[in-house]
Amino acid sequence: MSGAESTRELTMSRAMVSAIAHEMRENDDVFYMGEDVADYGGIFDSTQGLREEFGYDRIMDVPISETAYIGAAVGAAQAGMRPIAELMFVDFFGVAMDQIYNQMAKNTYMSGGNVSVPMVLTAAVGGTYNDAAQHSQTLYGTFAHIPGLKIVVPSTAYEAKGLMHNAIRDDDPVLYMFHKRLMGIGWMPAPDGPKTPVPETDYTIPFGRADVKRDGEDVTIVTLGLHVHRALEAAETLASDGISAEVIDLRSLVPLDTETIVESVEKTGNLVVVDEDYRSYGVTGEVTARVAEEALDALERVERVAVPDVPIPYSRPLEKEVIPGTEDIVNAATRTQ
Amino acid sequence: MPHASENTLTRLYENMVTARYYEERLQEEYLEGKQPAFDISAGPIPGELHLAAGHEAAGAGVCDHLRDDDIVTATHRPHHIAIAKGVDLKRMTAEIFGRETGLGKGKGGHMHLFDPDVNFACSGIIAEGCPPAVGGALAAQKRNTDSVAVSYLGEGAIDQGAFLESLNFASVFDLPVVFVIEDNDWAISMPKERVTDVENGAKRADGFEMPGVRVDSDDVLDVYDAAGEAIGRARDRNGPTVIEVQVHRRMGHFMGDPETYRPEADQEAAAERDSIVRLESDLREAGVEDDRIDEIRDDAHSRVDEAIEWAKDQPLPEPGAAHEDLFVSPASGVTDSEPDFEAVGGEE
Ligand SMILES: Cc1ncc(C[n+]2csc(CCOP(=O)(O)OP(=O)(O)O)c2C)c(N)n1
Repeated sequence: MSGAESTRELTMSRAMVSAIAHEMRENDDVFYMGEDVADYGGIFDSTQGLREEFGYDRIMDVPISETAYIGAAVGAAQAGMRPIAELMFVDFFGVAMDQIYNQMAKNTYMSGGNVSVPMVLTAAVGGTYNDAAQHSQTLYGTFAHIPGLKIVVPSTAYEAKGLMHNAIRDDDPVLYMFHKRLMGIGWMPAPDGPKTPVPETDYTIPFGRADVKRDGEDVTIVTLGLHVHRALEAAETLASDGISAEVIDLRSLVPLDTETIVESVEKTGNLVVVDEDYRSYGVTGEVTARVAEEALDALERVERVAVPDVPIPYSRPLEKEVIPGTEDIVNAATRTQ
Repeated sequence: MPHASENTLTRLYENMVTARYYEERLQEEYLEGKQPAFDISAGPIPGELHLAAGHEAAGAGVCDHLRDDDIVTATHRPHHIAIAKGVDLKRMTAEIFGRETGLGKGKGGHMHLFDPDVNFACSGIIAEGCPPAVGGALAAQKRNTDSVAVSYLGEGAIDQGAFLESLNFASVFDLPVVFVIEDNDWAISMPKERVTDVENGAKRADGFEMPGVRVDSDDVLDVYDAAGEAIGRARDRNGPTVIEVQVHRRMGHFMGDPETYRPEADQEAAAERDSIVRLESDLREAGVEDDRIDEIRDDAHSRVDEAIEWAKDQPLPEPGAAHEDLFVSPASGVTDSEPDFEAVGGEE
């Protein structure tokens, strides 16, 4: 973490908002569109206080028409502005998939680099509060799969700000996926961890640089979002069992920092990939494959900890069964030893 | 003067007081364990909860015309519609409490209730119940039955592509489907004038060559009349209709909604307009004694209390059940009748 002189502790939502506000003050081309982002301040506090400072023209409540407003962000971006559009829950991407998958992601490439789409799509992700199959997904793999989108996933307030500054300034489309449970919302208590000191300055975290959140010797745990905190908790337990775990926070899925992961596995020999997305065709498979390609000889054991391939169920014992818990990570890491 | 018979009036009343009391009781149960600091993960009812107090007229007035074989798709605010459609109250309540004996064995939850016995379903994605309702109507048309489909949506949902595409599809194929817009003036914190071009959502019908009717008050008898005509049209194979019903939101968008965005006067106005109170006076006018009204209400309350008590006694699902039901059981698509190429004379 940079040693900027002036820092304060912020929740993840406050950090995210402070970066947006900073960029909006600096650049008139930045504006925000979403449902309930003006008076409500975002259902998950993603725009809290921004309408008061910037007014309805720049913090726009829009019709429940995701295709129209995400597509409008694509068009406004191509016209030279820097729009931010919010999907209230990532699960709602389905109604606007074409604008995301076929327009936002592909226009730069299809134009031979003659068109750019400098927009940010923010989206709340994740479960752990029993909102069931249509409101609890992360869908990391779904979006990371399509070429043309940069994907960032902050795990703490520090990351939330630095990644947002870069997302808005980036000349390519960026999907900024924030986990509801980490935001520090009054009615959804966050775990310890995401609330961190945050520099006042407008620092940027480059995409494609993972962060080693804990050093270890015996097993590498690669994860992102909420599960960074579960992995750190697991690492504590593992330590008391005499297993030294290294925890890597990916921070961005596209680009993916393969180098940091491979370096770690070359040291530990064991890989556990933890993901709150579905197991098949996702982050756990991708990370494992990259390590296998780059450092097969170093790899002794691999464990994948992810949502078994079922939709997220509603009832508490069922949701708990499918979303990886700290214990699941401990068990997987222990199995590698 | 009401067109509905005394029997119909009492049926509508029974239905509406059931729905209202149901939401009041769920509110109580939901908030239990979430106080003093509201924590969405605490208390006996999991997840989000969107209650429909103030919407009852739109449920009862429409569904009273429906049979079990008619199809209804509802919204994220589905309880009053489910009750009006005759969904099993106990199993629905068990589902909301996340229990094993719930409609979806605890997998679906309050926004995802499915009761195939009465052809009821709902979805948490705005306007996404419209296309399946159109499909239900298509099936009725193809099989030459006289059943119909009804799709509910909020006034905030009329800006969604799925709704507009469904209107066109239904109109092109003359399908027996009725779209019911429940206009409660708000889409979470967004007042309708901020995000929607029309004040009268039924006007959406104009562009699709079908009738669009707005019931400006939430008088259940007006809803009953408008719905009777639209559903009759559909049953007679005369095509789709849009109905918009002015309802009101007596509770927040979801439980825990601070409603800081909502002017107090609007909240008060909603609280004062009460279609149930109005129906009570219609009942008296029709000669129904107060004692009888009290009796209907008390019976409805007992039925709700009983369903909630029953649901709370039901077991939670075993964790392992999370891995079941992804596909039909017994397994389908496993028949192996691939030709044996060697046997049929394929050359090596
Ligand atoms: C496609 C989609 N976008 C956004 C949401 C989030 N959302 C849930 S309810 C709601 C407001 C709906 O308003 P309205 O249709 O008027 O129904 P009401 O809640 O007022 O009954 C929104 C935006 C969603 N569920 N689905």
